[in-house]
Amino acid sequence: MLRLDALKSIYSRLENRAVVTIMGAVAAELQSIGHRSNFFYLQHAMGLASSMGLGIALARPDSQVVVFDGDGSVLMNLGGLTTLARYRPRNLVHVIFDNESLLSVGGFPTATSTGSDLAAIAAAAGIPRTATVRTLDAFTTAFDEALAAGDLTTMVAKVEAVGPSGYVTDLSLLENRFQFQRYLASTREAKVDK
Amino acid sequence: MSPVSTANSRVVYDALKAGGIRLMSALPETWLVHLIRMAEDDPDMTLVRLAKEEEGVGISAGAHLAGMRSAMLMQNHGFLASINAIVSGAQLYRIPLLMLISHRGEFGERDPWQTEGGGVTEDLLHTLRIPFELLDDPQHVARRIAKGQTLAYSSNKPVALLLCRDLMWDD
Repeated sequence: MLRLDALKSIYSRLENRAVVTIMGAVAAELQSIGHRSNFFYLQHAMGLASSMGLGIALARPDSQVVVFDGDGSVLMNLGGLTTLARYRPRNLVHVIFDNESLLSVGGFPTATSTGSDLAAIAAAAGIPRTATVRTLDAFTTAFDEALAAGDLTTMVAKVEAVGPSGYVTDLSLLENRFQFQRYLASTREAKVDK
Repeated sequence: MSPVSTANSRVVYDALKAGGIRLMSALPETWLVHLIRMAEDDPDMTLVRLAKEEEGVGISAGAHLAGMRSAMLMQNHGFLASINAIVSGAQLYRIPLLMLISHRGEFGERDPWQTEGGGVTEDLLHTLRIPFELLDDPQHVARRIAKGQTLAYSSNKPVALLLCRDLMWDD
């Protein structure tokens, strides 16, 4: 499975959800499909995309949060899985694209290439719903089930270690950050208006 | 009985509440025990207990973008452990952080294992250009926390308040 195909297959479901991605290929590929104001790309602070997702989910239990993480990033913040499980935000879906490598920095293999199982680690950390998927059909099904479940899910999508030719896009980091903040504020105001 | 000051912990906690803080991330350390219990007992406060302090940078960043005011409670060694997240998360993305850091290893420190961190904490804050003030007297706690918060939000940058022995310890 290609990560780009996986992202394309669920792109329509990302409307009206707060989406946080990690750096590098995931950010560039999602932007190549089409940037939206509800997407935030954490281009550094490696490992903390899931922590940011937790902060958003706790601050805004009325909003749906999707985090697109990677194996290298999760391995840098395994403790964060225990914190996620502890607070169990039911409005958070945590997707880990596992290409078994640090693709953006030379493709060196991570520990998932030698058998470390991130879905099993997430389950052992206490995350109530976990899955590992290897095909596009299984990915879209698992993602839709996670959205419908109304509970914290960590799903690992095994993808090929290929990505775009470059990672720098014309969206500046701060433009993205303030746009995303305004998006979240607008959804809060919309609720208040009702 | 711990000699950590309950009364002064309350002064700090009340100042945070007055500043609209509704989420605190924390990793326990001796000086923070009362503050963490106060957060735990407060139905209006979301307390997030961390595995490692740098998670708190991500959580506070997310909470801020989502419109909630937060504070981080940590030991100075937790600050040391969070520096990459502060630089490549909060500073890169202009996120205001309110960091309350217990200033272990200063004059009066009795635990030998705490004696290295105190000597580098202020230097690192200077190097990172993080504005900070000492909290060492209950008389100025509320004012300094409020002013620190004001600067954090006007600058969109992290600020730090160092919880000192004279404030936190009763002996």
